[in-house]
Amino acid sequence: MAEITTFSGNRGLQLEEPLIFEQGCPGRIGVDIAEPGPIDEDRLGGLARKGTIGLPDLSEPQVVRHYTRLSQKNYGIDSGFYPLGSCTMKHNPRLSEKMARLPGLVDLHPFQPRSTVQGALEVIDLLAHWLKGLTGMPAVAMSPAAGAHGEWCGLMAIRAYHDDHGDSQRTRVLVPESAHGTNPATAAMCGYSVDPVPATERGRVDVAALKAKLGPDVACIMVTNPNTCGLFEDEILDIAQATHEAGAFFYCDGANYNAIVGRVKIADLGVDAMHINLHKTFSTPHGGGGPGAGPTVLSEKLAAYAPLPFVVHGAGGLELVEHAEQAGGAKPFGRVKGYHGQFGVFIRALAYILSMGADGLRQTSGDAVLNANYLLASLKDVLSASFDGPCMHECLFDDRFLKDSGITTLDFAKMLIDEGFHPMTMYFPLVVHGALLMEPTETEAKETLDGFIAVIRALAAKAKAGEADDFKAAPRLTPRRRLDETQAARVPVLRWKHGANEG
Amino acid sequence: MRYLPHTEADRRAMLATIGAKDVDALFKDVPAAARLDRPIDLAAGQSEMAVERMFTRMAGKNLSAGHAPFFIGAGLYRHHVPASVDQLLTRGEFLTSYTPYQPEVSQGTLQYLFEFQTQVCLITGMEVANASMYDGATACAEAAVMAARVTRKKNIILSGSLHPHYVETTRTVVKHQGLEVEELAPDPFGLEDLMGRVDSRTACLIVQNPGFFGGIRDLTQLADACHEVGALLVVAVAEPVSLGLITPPGAMGADIVVAEGQSLGMGLQFGGPGLGLFATREKYVRQMPGRLCGQTVDQDGKRGFVLTLSTREQHIRREKATSNICTNSGLCALAFTMHLTMLGETGLTRLAKLNHAQALRLEQSLRRVKGAKVLNQTYFNEFALYLGDEVDAGEVVEKLAAKGILGGVPAARFYPHWPELRPVLLLAATETNTQDDMDALVSALSEVL
Amino acid sequence: MSMYFTKDHEWIKVEGDTGTVGITEYAQHALGDIVYVEVPEKGRALKQGGDAAVVESVKAASEVYSPVSGTVIAGNDVLAGQPALVNESPEDQAWFFTLTLANPAELEALMDRPAYDEYVAGLE
Repeated sequence: MAEITTFSGNRGLQLEEPLIFEQGCPGRIGVDIAEPGPIDEDRLGGLARKGTIGLPDLSEPQVVRHYTRLSQKNYGIDSGFYPLGSCTMKHNPRLSEKMARLPGLVDLHPFQPRSTVQGALEVIDLLAHWLKGLTGMPAVAMSPAAGAHGEWCGLMAIRAYHDDHGDSQRTRVLVPESAHGTNPATAAMCGYSVDPVPATERGRVDVAALKAKLGPDVACIMVTNPNTCGLFEDEILDIAQATHEAGAFFYCDGANYNAIVGRVKIADLGVDAMHINLHKTFSTPHGGGGPGAGPTVLSEKLAAYAPLPFVVHGAGGLELVEHAEQAGGAKPFGRVKGYHGQFGVFIRALAYILSMGADGLRQTSGDAVLNANYLLASLKDVLSASFDGPCMHECLFDDRFLKDSGITTLDFAKMLIDEGFHPMTMYFPLVVHGALLMEPTETEAKETLDGFIAVIRALAAKAKAGEADDFKAAPRLTPRRRLDETQAARVPVLRWKHGANEG
Repeated sequence: MRYLPHTEADRRAMLATIGAKDVDALFKDVPAAARLDRPIDLAAGQSEMAVERMFTRMAGKNLSAGHAPFFIGAGLYRHHVPASVDQLLTRGEFLTSYTPYQPEVSQGTLQYLFEFQTQVCLITGMEVANASMYDGATACAEAAVMAARVTRKKNIILSGSLHPHYVETTRTVVKHQGLEVEELAPDPFGLEDLMGRVDSRTACLIVQNPGFFGGIRDLTQLADACHEVGALLVVAVAEPVSLGLITPPGAMGADIVVAEGQSLGMGLQFGGPGLGLFATREKYVRQMPGRLCGQTVDQDGKRGFVLTLSTREQHIRREKATSNICTNSGLCALAFTMHLTMLGETGLTRLAKLNHAQALRLEQSLRRVKGAKVLNQTYFNEFALYLGDEVDAGEVVEKLAAKGILGGVPAARFYPHWPELRPVLLLAATETNTQDDMDALVSALSEVL
Repeated sequence: MSMYFTKDHEWIKVEGDTGTVGITEYAQHALGDIVYVEVPEKGRALKQGGDAAVVESVKAASEVYSPVSGTVIAGNDVLAGQPALVNESPEDQAWFFTLTLANPAELEALMDRPAYDEYVAGLE
C-alpha cells in the first residue's frame, strides 16, 4: 500500500488531536457558573491566589470532541479481542454501569447518618455475603482498593496475628519466582524479607524447595493459584499443610481466581487469606488502569485482625464499625484507605454476580478454561508451548518458535496490532524465556478465537519464512508507531510547558 | 446466559479439538477433594430486569444527597459534575481498556494522563505529578514513606489539621516500615503551633490546607523551618476546588502535595473510588511512587506518549520498588481531567469563589441560630460550628436527618476520645446549595437545639 | 595499573590504593540502552559486594556492587546527564566512582581479564 499523506496530518478516521493546552482561548468556558458574589479576603487568611493558574479555557463542544478523539486512539474490550494474559479482559456488562449511576446509590456521602444509608450498607453486606459464600471463607475485608492493596491487607492481618501471639520473629516470606512483582513489593512494605522459591520444569512451585525453606522464622507463603503460568498448583494441599505445620500462613494471590470461581471453594485449599480482584473475576471495568477493588477474604484465625471499617448487623439495622473500640473483641490492624472501600466498584461487581448467579459463575470459569485450552490446542504445533496442558484460564508460550528468526516476542506481538488484535502479555512470567501469555476469557465466541488462531498461525508461518523486517516495522496502521521509550526515560518530559512540547 | 456466547455445540466442538471428554476433565489438576461437582449453594442467575429491581429497592432505602438540603464535607464534597463528563466516561475505548502498556493502541489514555499530570502540577504549583493513586489518604501515606526515603530520616509528624482517615491510613502503612509517627491533637481552632515541632530527626511534617476543620494557613514559614532541618513539608488538600482561589502549596514551599481529587468529576459514590493526586519537585521524581506518563516520539518522529521511569515500580523493582501500587485510578483521573478541562482557568476560579461565597452565606445564615458559633478564623467552603455546651452534635445530626436534612458531620464521629469535640459540627457549602437549603438548615437547627 | 573483574560484571582499575569502578562491556550490552545512572556520593563507605550504584535501562534496574571495600573519593557526575556514555564507553569514560581501598587483599578474590573473558564465554 502506497504511503498516503494529507495536508492536515489526519488520516480519514484517524484524527490528530493536540493537547488541551494547545487549544485554549481565554474567556471560553465549558460550564456555566453563577456569579459568585463577594468573597472575604480575611476569611481566606490573606491567602487568595495571586497570579493565574495556567489552565486553558475551552467550550463544551471542544471538550467533547477532544475526548472523543482521544478515545478513538484506544483499543478496548469493546473494540475487539484482548487476550492480555493475567489481566482478564472480559466483557464489562453495561447493566453494572447503569446500576452504579442510580442516584439513590451514587449520590450518597460516606458520613451521612447510618439511618440514611441502610441501602448502601446492604450493598456492601450483600457483596460480602457472596464473596464469603463463593470462597467458603468466614470473613472478608472489603476496603482494599486494588489487588496489590488487598495483598498488603492480607499480610498486615498475618503480621498482626503473629505479633499478637508473641511470634514476631517470623519475618521471612516465601514467594515463588513466577509471582507478580506486587508480591515481593508487598512483603517489603510489611517489613518482611522475601525468599524466592524456584519453579519446577512443570511450571509449578518446587514443593521440596519450599518445604526446605519453611521454618520458625517464616511468616507466610504467597502463592498465586492458578499460578502465573496458567497452571493449577496440583500439590496445593500438601503445600498448605506443610505451611500450617510450620506455623506459617498461606496467602493466596487471587489474581487468577476467575479460573476456578464457582468450582472450588478457596477455603478447601487451605488458604488463610486471598484478595479478589473485582475488576477481573467480577468484571468491573479496568478503566485504562483503575479503579479496581481488592476485597480480601480471611480465615477464622485472621478474621479478628481485619481492618476498619466494616459493616455489622445491629439491633436497628446495619451498622458501620469505624473505630477499634466499637469492634467488639476484634483487633483491627488499622485503616487501609479513606472512607468505606471502593463502593462504586462494589455496585458493579454485585450487579455482575447477581446476574450470573452461582450457576452462571460456574459456567464462567468452565468456559474461560475451555477457551484457553482451545487456544493452546490450536496453536501448540506452531508456537512453542511452555508446559503441557491442560492449562487453566490462560496459556503460556515462549519464544523458542522464533529461534534464529531475528524476531522477538515483542515484534511478534506488535504485528498483532496491525491485524486488529490487542497483543497478549509479553515477557511475563519471568520463568520462561520471551513469554507470550494469552488469556482469552469466557466472553469470547468460538468464531473470534478461530479468527485469532488463523492470524497467529499465518504470522508464525511468516516468521518462519524469515520476513523479519516486516515484524520489526510493526505496527504500521496505528495512530502512532513504536515509541522511543529510551528517549522518554533519558530525558523525562512529564508535563506540558508553554513552548516546550511541540510534536 | 447473556454474557457467555458458547452454545453446547460450540463447547463440544472445542472439546473435540482439545481432546478432552468434558470441561470437568480440564480441571483435573485441582485436587479431587477440593473440586465441587455442582454450583455453590447461592442464588441462581437473574435477568437484567430482576437485578435492576434489587438495586432499585436498595437505593430506595437511602436518603440521597440530591433529595435533601445537604451540608456534609469532611474530605469529600458534593459538586455539580457537568453532564458531558459522565457521558464521555462511558465510551468503551476508555472504560474497557487496560493500563496503557502498549502505547501504540493507548495514545488516548496516555495523552489524557499527560494532560492530567500537567493540570495537577498547575493547580498545586508543583513541578511533577504522577498518573494518580487510590485516594487522598493512601497518597498521603505514600508521601510519608517517600519523604523518609528522600531524607533518610524516620520521624513523621502529622498535624492536627490532617484528615483523621489520612492519619489512620498513614499510621497503618508505615507501621512496619521502621518509621515513627507523631500524631498531634485535633485542631478545630487552627491554633496549632508547628514551628517548634520539627528537628533533625524529622523526615516530614504533613499538614492539610484547608485543614480538616476548614482553616487556611500560610505555610511559607513552616516550609522554611522544615528545610532548615532537612525535613520535607507535605501538604494534603482534601478539597481541590479550593486551589482555584487559595495560594497553592507549591508557592508556599511544599515539597510534596497530595490531594483527594473526588471533588472534580466523580460525585460522592459513598466515598469510593477516590482519586489520589500526588505531586512533588522535579529533583525527587525518581523517588515517587505510582505510574508516570511521559512525552516522546514514535518511529516516524511524531509526538506520542508512553509510561516511563517504570524501574521505580513493583513489576520491575519487586521488593525494592518505591511502592507496591500497581493500578492507578485511571478512569477517575479521566473524570477529573475532563471536569477540569470543562472548567478551565475561568471556570475553576469562578467555581472556587462561588464555593467560598456560599460558605460565607451559610455562616451568615447560621447567625440566626441561637448559641451556635463558628470556631474558625479562616475557611474556604467548610467550617466547624460549635453548637453550645452540653450539646451532642451526633444527636443533632440524627434529629436533622429525621427532618430530611443532611446537616453536616459531628466531629466526634472521628474523634471519639475527645469529649470537648462533642458539640462540634462540621458544615460544608458548595455551589449545589440554595438559599432555601440554608434556610431549612437554620430553622431545623433552631428547632432541635 | 591492573584491572580486575567480578562475577556481577563490574570492573575495577587499581593504582596504588585507589580504585576506579565501572561495569563491563558485557553488562552494558545485556542491559541495553542505559537511561539512568546513580553513583555514590563522596565519603560513603562501601563494603565488598555491597550496593554501590544503580544503573537502569527502560525495562530493567540493576544494582552495581562494589568490587572491594573502601571509601568513595568521587562519583562520576557526568553520567547523570549522559547515561548513554555507559553504552558507548563502558570500560573507560563511563567509570562510576573512585574509591580508596580499605583492604587490597580483597582483590585476590576477583578475576583478571582472561579469567573474566572465559567466565563470560561460559554464560553464553
